[in-house]
Amino acid sequence: MKITVASGKGGTGKTTVAVNMALANGATLYDCDVEEPNANIFLNAELEKIEDVSLMNPLFDMNRCTFCKKCAEFCRYNAIAVLPSDIMLFPELCSGCGGCKMVCPHEAISEGERKIGEIYRGEGEITIYQGLLNVGEARATPIISRLKQYVDDNGISILDAPPGNGCPAIEAMHGSDFVILVTEPTPFGLHDLKIAVTIVRKLAIPFGVVINRHGIGDEGVEHYCREEDIPVLMKIPYNREIAVLYSKGVPFVKEIQGWRKKFVDLYEAVAE
Amino acid sequence: MKQIAVASGKGGTGKTSMVASFAGFAGAVLADCDVDAPNLHLILKPEVVEKIPYRGMEVAEIDSDTCIECGACERACRFNAIENFRVIGEKCEGCGVCPLVCPVDAIEMKKRVTGHVYTAHTRFGEFVYGLLGAGEEASGKLVTVARKKAVEIAERVGAPLIIIDAPAGIGCPVIASIGNTDLLVMVVEPTMAAVHDMERLLEVAAHFKVDTVAIINKYDINEDVTKRIEDFCTARGIEIVGEIPFSKKFTEAMVRGMSIAEYDAPLAEMMKNIWERIEEYVNASDENHNSV
Repeated sequence: MKITVASGKGGTGKTTVAVNMALANGATLYDCDVEEPNANIFLNAELEKIEDVSLMNPLFDMNRCTFCKKCAEFCRYNAIAVLPSDIMLFPELCSGCGGCKMVCPHEAISEGERKIGEIYRGEGEITIYQGLLNVGEARATPIISRLKQYVDDNGISILDAPPGNGCPAIEAMHGSDFVILVTEPTPFGLHDLKIAVTIVRKLAIPFGVVINRHGIGDEGVEHYCREEDIPVLMKIPYNREIAVLYSKGVPFVKEIQGWRKKFVDLYEAVAE
Repeated sequence: MKQIAVASGKGGTGKTSMVASFAGFAGAVLADCDVDAPNLHLILKPEVVEKIPYRGMEVAEIDSDTCIECGACERACRFNAIENFRVIGEKCEGCGVCPLVCPVDAIEMKKRVTGHVYTAHTRFGEFVYGLLGAGEEASGKLVTVARKKAVEIAERVGAPLIIIDAPAGIGCPVIASIGNTDLLVMVVEPTMAAVHDMERLLEVAAHFKVDTVAIINKYDINEDVTKRIEDFCTARGIEIVGEIPFSKKFTEAMVRGMSIAEYDAPLAEMMKNIWERIEEYVNASDENHNSV
């Protein structure tokens, strides 16, 4: 069972839900927020690097290059600039598609790996895998895609998605059996939830909503879920104790009685 | 003209609430660059002037009548975006390799409208915001288009400043939002997770040589962590331009579609002081640059 925890709006409690649910159910956790991975702050597992993630970038053989510009004309990312007697590559823009090498009529282009991030694994109370994007790199998606190769189809896998509704969030959701959308009951939370719902429906993945900080804000999210027939799987109340535990990096299933069972029930509801 | 980006690394630390408040004091052009989850318009209630279609990356389309199911495209695609002779739109990066390798010309790259840039009037001044279609690619490029539009408007109306509401994270749309700005205002809350994310964002700011100041939001949630942030910033020479207490009033204001500066007088005063310090800072940094 692969469950992705996503949200649209940032800071609504994805990591809180993912970590507590993984702990309560002995699941493996995959931190797909490779730009800002912080699930392990709550687990404190000893992380060990298991892989570098690289993209293939073109290398130019200046003895063969005739500056014909075919490569630059093909590149849709504007990653190659051909000057009268030189070629410049803007590596952060290169997607590693390999097209430039294919179109070069003089076999002047080969490819080399350029590292853009890393994959880590840690064993603590549960197993965690985490992707990490190198600072200054723009493309998070290839790292998430690589990280997902470690997802075990047999056990319970919980994927903590990045915020937003862009390509990295979609990559994290793709191929999941279920998506949990975590939101807060505010106009901002509702607005971004609606975008996330459009995407999950497009991907045709079953989904439900967890409302975090229940009690602040307004009734908008609940009205919307009722109207759209979206199951509200759990409501986590706003209280200072949960907020303080979060600030210290302590998963609240460990400290507040009754929540472990609620997260077991949440998984069982989702599994059905 | 100066550009200030408000960013955070971690989501939900209060970026948009800050920008909405500053908007009332600044006389700036505002730009919401959180294009896949924009929220600023919910407070600003824009009166849209112009809706500009945005065409992002092209997406491959296979004509199944022409396709001979040879699988050459699937083998050549580095993004695993082709399965069973069909393109998975969300995974296609628009590189154009598949039509190149198709032996029967069955693949075409199609340009589509994947989002919009809006220009608008608001009670706080001119406003530009991008909105990416649900599930579309290339948010960084849309950010760049929105920022260009903001510069155009600022020049036209003679605004001295642009304030950019940036998305969470440190990847492509964030780099597009904070690159070439005069100041990054980082909004951080005192949680272990936010501190971790702040450190990564600062590395990005350093990488792109953007000067930074910090605001600690909800500083009283965990004063030990607040102290750590203060020490960290002091050690790096990052000025903390304000510390804001936790208050349910922020959510109350949001629910009413108001900025905190419009909703609560003491917090308005606090936000005004923070804004004045930011303005002072960005103008002073200009003198420093000029003197070099």
